[in-house]
Amino acid sequence: MADMKVLFAGVEFKNPVLTASGTFGFGREYAEYFDLSELGGICVKGLTAKPRNGNPAPRIAETPMGMLNAVGLQNPGVDAFIRTELPFLRAFGTRIVANISGESVEEYAEMAEKLSGSGVDIIEVNVSCPNVRAGGMQFGTDPAAVSEVTRAVKKRSDVPVLVKLSPNVTDIAEIARAAEGAGADAVSLINTLLGMRIDVNTRRPVLANNTGGLSGAAILPIAVRMVWQVKNAVKIPILGMGGIFSGEDAAEMLLAGASLVAVGTASLTYPNAAISVRDGLADYLNTHKIGSVTELSGGIILN
Amino acid sequence: MPVQSIFTISNMRPLAPGVFSMTFDAPEIARAAKPGQFVHIKCGHSRPLRRPISVCDVRGDMLTVVFEVRGAGTRWLASRAVGRKADILGPLGRGFDEPDGKMLLVGGGLGVAPLLFAASRSPGVATAVLGFRSRENAILINEFEGVCEDVFTVTDDGSRGLRGTATSPLAELLRSGKYTSILACGPRAMLSATAELASAHGVYCEVSLEERMGCGVGACLVCACATRDHGEDKMSRVCKDGPVFDSREVVW
Repeated sequence: MADMKVLFAGVEFKNPVLTASGTFGFGREYAEYFDLSELGGICVKGLTAKPRNGNPAPRIAETPMGMLNAVGLQNPGVDAFIRTELPFLRAFGTRIVANISGESVEEYAEMAEKLSGSGVDIIEVNVSCPNVRAGGMQFGTDPAAVSEVTRAVKKRSDVPVLVKLSPNVTDIAEIARAAEGAGADAVSLINTLLGMRIDVNTRRPVLANNTGGLSGAAILPIAVRMVWQVKNAVKIPILGMGGIFSGEDAAEMLLAGASLVAVGTASLTYPNAAISVRDGLADYLNTHKIGSVTELSGGIILN
Repeated sequence: MPVQSIFTISNMRPLAPGVFSMTFDAPEIARAAKPGQFVHIKCGHSRPLRRPISVCDVRGDMLTVVFEVRGAGTRWLASRAVGRKADILGPLGRGFDEPDGKMLLVGGGLGVAPLLFAASRSPGVATAVLGFRSRENAILINEFEGVCEDVFTVTDDGSRGLRGTATSPLAELLRSGKYTSILACGPRAMLSATAELASAHGVYCEVSLEERMGCGVGACLVCACATRDHGEDKMSRVCKDGPVFDSREVVW
């Protein structure tokens, strides 16, 4: 049996498969379907300084092999998360990644400080949400802003800091280098791609927010390409995500240069998707007689 | 406990233009399902989002749903022949409370489907008011007549039963004072009008809401609806906190 353990930014993961932020809530609902301790880790629903109600419905639209969402960071706020959700999650002995979005650099830093010492294992700085007016992607598309947010969070955080990158940029490697230069311990990518669908009968966008973030199998090749580009640009490790539905999809992401992977949209289709991905990846490693999953990372052979 | 598995289509029949009744041999789901709950059906390989469809009837291991072809996903489902398989997750959501006493069922269009399941749980007790656009869209009336004490059919154009909407006969029925609860499912305008009448007559009312869904299990937060809890507005999830809500909780 292949060794699935991964050391990532100084944190040991029992296996390289996590669930992606925004697709897994705070784990409670999926705990009815499988034992959460089977996961490498859980990236929790994006947190903000204050509770948020999110965008009006409809918040979702299907696309070929994918979907658009515009939830708009509905969440109970960082304080309620620490008080009522984190104790539940901690009990499973899986790694907890707290995803944070701020409306200002100071807000990111304050949230990081609150989460430090709370028991989360890593802080994931979301500078890439396409569905909110303030914060989110506005930071993630500007290297100087990414650098400023990263530096501020690093200063107030006592756990490793992961910066989640937006694919809605011309050169994602440049943004990754800015995060690394500001002290990020790792990067995660990709967040969703900005998209839109129009109902041709009403001539109105399907989403109440007009635009939303594209995810699902349709974006896997973009995510793989971007992970590969970032791998060539930085030395810090990568959490790769975007359209992973199977163990082979995960292997592809690892070969491109990721050290960990996250399953997102697939959990909406199959509640136990992350476990299938983990098992499929283990099968792949065994079939190919690869002793440790860490041997796979960056193992791409270029033409 | 909900399950996600592959089940065989055991029966299928058209009920009206574009509306189908489909039965699955799905013991784990059929035996657990309660009126008002739904199943989440995957509609083909290229479509990641399941389609939420209310349970209409349960007999032993057999689970029946009624759906309308509204897009490519439901068109795919309608094209599946008896004997083929479907990937189903369920039963999901909070169903009707199935209160004691005389129930008044108020259904509009496809919304009548889950009410039939509720009526069949206590045969001979409920009164059903079923509203449709016209005679050709009217579905399941015989089935309701088999399990209800009284059935009133209403159509927009008067081509079957009374002319009007499902809420037209409600005020008079409620004045009788014999109903202790209302269960309603249908268009939002019908639900809010029903909720208002229920409140005016002091009758407990449950409504089944509809919203575009993602995961169906309460995690992704796309099927949000505004509700009121002890005077405070909050966001609820149609898939998990509903689809059935106490009508006083819904922010209309």
